[in-house]
Amino acid sequence: MVYYGAIGYEGEGKIAMRVALFITCFNDTLFPETGRATVEVLERLGVEVDFPLAQTCCGQMHFNTGYQREAIPLVRRFVEVFSGYEAVVAPSGSCVSMVRELYPMAAELAGDPRLAERVEDLGPRVFELSEFLVKRLSVTDVGAYYPHRVTYHPTCHSLRMLKVGDAPLELLRNVRGVDLVELAEAEECCGFGGTFAVKNADTSAAMLSDKLRRVLDTEAEVCTAGDNSCLMHIGGGLGRLRTGVDTVHLAQILASTAEEG
Amino acid sequence: MTDAFSPGPTPTFEASAKESLSDSQLRRNLGKATQTIRHKRATAVEEMPDWEGLREAGRALKERVVRHLDEYLLRLEESVTRAGGQVHWARDGEEANRIISGIAKDKGAEEVVKVKSIATDETKLNEHLEGEGIKAFETDLAELIIQLAGETSSHILVPAIHKNRAEIRELFMERLGAHDLSDRPSDLTETARLYLRKKFLAAKVGISGANFAVAETGTVCVVESEGNGRMCTTLPPVLVTLMGIEKVIPAWRDFEVFMQLLPRSSTAERMNPYTSFWTGVSEGDGPQEFHLVLLDNGRTDVLADEIGRQALNCIRCSACLNVCPVYERTGGHAYNSVYPGPIGAILTPQLVGIGDPGPDSLPYASSLCGACYQVCPVKINIPEVLVHLRGRVVRKKQDMGGPPSKLDPENIAMQTVVRVFSDPALYERAQKFARIGQWPFVRGGSIGRLPGRLAGWTAVRDLKPVPEQTFREWWKRNRGSA
Repeated sequence: MVYYGAIGYEGEGKIAMRVALFITCFNDTLFPETGRATVEVLERLGVEVDFPLAQTCCGQMHFNTGYQREAIPLVRRFVEVFSGYEAVVAPSGSCVSMVRELYPMAAELAGDPRLAERVEDLGPRVFELSEFLVKRLSVTDVGAYYPHRVTYHPTCHSLRMLKVGDAPLELLRNVRGVDLVELAEAEECCGFGGTFAVKNADTSAAMLSDKLRRVLDTEAEVCTAGDNSCLMHIGGGLGRLRTGVDTVHLAQILASTAEEG
Repeated sequence: MTDAFSPGPTPTFEASAKESLSDSQLRRNLGKATQTIRHKRATAVEEMPDWEGLREAGRALKERVVRHLDEYLLRLEESVTRAGGQVHWARDGEEANRIISGIAKDKGAEEVVKVKSIATDETKLNEHLEGEGIKAFETDLAELIIQLAGETSSHILVPAIHKNRAEIRELFMERLGAHDLSDRPSDLTETARLYLRKKFLAAKVGISGANFAVAETGTVCVVESEGNGRMCTTLPPVLVTLMGIEKVIPAWRDFEVFMQLLPRSSTAERMNPYTSFWTGVSEGDGPQEFHLVLLDNGRTDVLADEIGRQALNCIRCSACLNVCPVYERTGGHAYNSVYPGPIGAILTPQLVGIGDPGPDSLPYASSLCGACYQVCPVKINIPEVLVHLRGRVVRKKQDMGGPPSKLDPENIAMQTVVRVFSDPALYERAQKFARIGQWPFVRGGSIGRLPGRLAGWTAVRDLKPVPEQTFREWWKRNRGSA
């Protein structure tokens, strides 16, 4: 993985850079508040955000469910839409891992060397939000205020495919007012897994129940993560059981400030 | 019991998992056992400063073996023959079984003793021998337990992981006639020891699998913990080893890598208690006749798949099972194969061939969390192979053509969604449609029940309704068109 190194601040904590927001179809449709929060955090740091409207979906659901030939047009579309940008940022570890880790396999399957080249060129410039902030911009304090008890679930794809490491936790530790509490067996999968949650609903539910137990053990008000897909699964369980525990995407915590708090 | 390697259909993973998930005893036994072993493994691996280097070496060695398998196998045959052993080639399980029972009958053996061997489970050797009037005795403690219980293995390394001490005590009292038996491990093993000792001394033929066989020297290696393997491979006058063709390694010095990787990954030990090596036969010492049966049984088909063939690099350590959140909850039997867990999910469908609903369901028995890849000592990218095999499963279904594949609801849904995602205008219309179309399902601000296949989601989870405004609508309104 090639990182281009941090860019210096320009003037009063502002960073001169233009990025494309890859919202992901899932966030666009179901979690627009996460998209708005991502824009807010990036703009607060002085990053200019562009949102190419021609974007749709990265094709992960198709690819991972086995509909791989079908995913290839979506891979082409993504490359077409985003290739011109210096950096692409998405509030989803899972969709970014699709682009960075599985697009080469898709290009190979398409038997298209030109596509393979473009995928290889674009991949290193596509970032999950927390890694973009911490590893690319070297920012760990985004000036957020969030006076709640929060536990963090590292999602599998951000952890094991993108290897974002502690980046999300570093950001959370610098949030004013937050009471951050560690989740036991945090690195164990929550059981979402895309279509796995439907195809293997029983096993997924068994994994979810253990995750819920551990979230409840923390006595947190909020469980956060870098992926709304996993959070929708965890939150769906927490909601069904009327636990009163909320799920909130990391971007929304980072976007919260004292004024609204 | 039938599994993916027996004739006839096997149930899908999801059907079998449903059953095992509701077995509270199994859930507790497995949860405890896998948690203990995976924490121990992590400690055993942490103390190795060059672990990543070793993994890389293991991967490279195995990859070279797979690339030049034909050469290494011929060299192995030559080396074993030179050392006084006999080499047999078996195209499939049936041929392997016939070769082995032929040898046993030739020696007039009515009983044989066995070292734990998954290859013989794969070929269903015990059942075959029984049909030929030969009784096979498993001598590994856990294998003995499941043989006595009439069950099948549920784990690569600890086949009886699904059973606890109390259950084993009951079984030994019932099947071995043990009286006043406690459930202390020492008492249980003593009962098994007394029973097995007589078998070891009487058997004319011993049967083993192999962890490794060295092409350069013809040396075969079995790695174990109990010493039963040492007895099976040294006491009977005739020794037969069944080995999958991918188990060959190039040279003796390669043990340096594998003997560091295997014990730490499997039992979390720096070194396992018993490692047996033998090279052909030695006059006046150990078996005076040695047969090595090389088993293909679908392995050369796996070789043809450039992504899938990584599965042949497996050294059967079972680390992937112990960290797998799916395996931990469903147990091994849900996989309906002698190879359960993540490695089984990529190995079984490839060995038996894509196109059978049971094994075809296995690549889907994963949330693609990647924990398996992280611990694999030879760096098999299991998630990558799982995704690749899902592709093969779908393509096979689609290419079969006809109404069933075209009318498959999942296929129709996927094709439709791709068309929608391929056109931003259509995509935006679909978003609006979802917002309007969801109204029959929204109750009090959330969705509690969905129809059809999606009902699996709402069985245990609420679903948040599609909000009033999509992100792109907000963007257009607040930031103008990009």
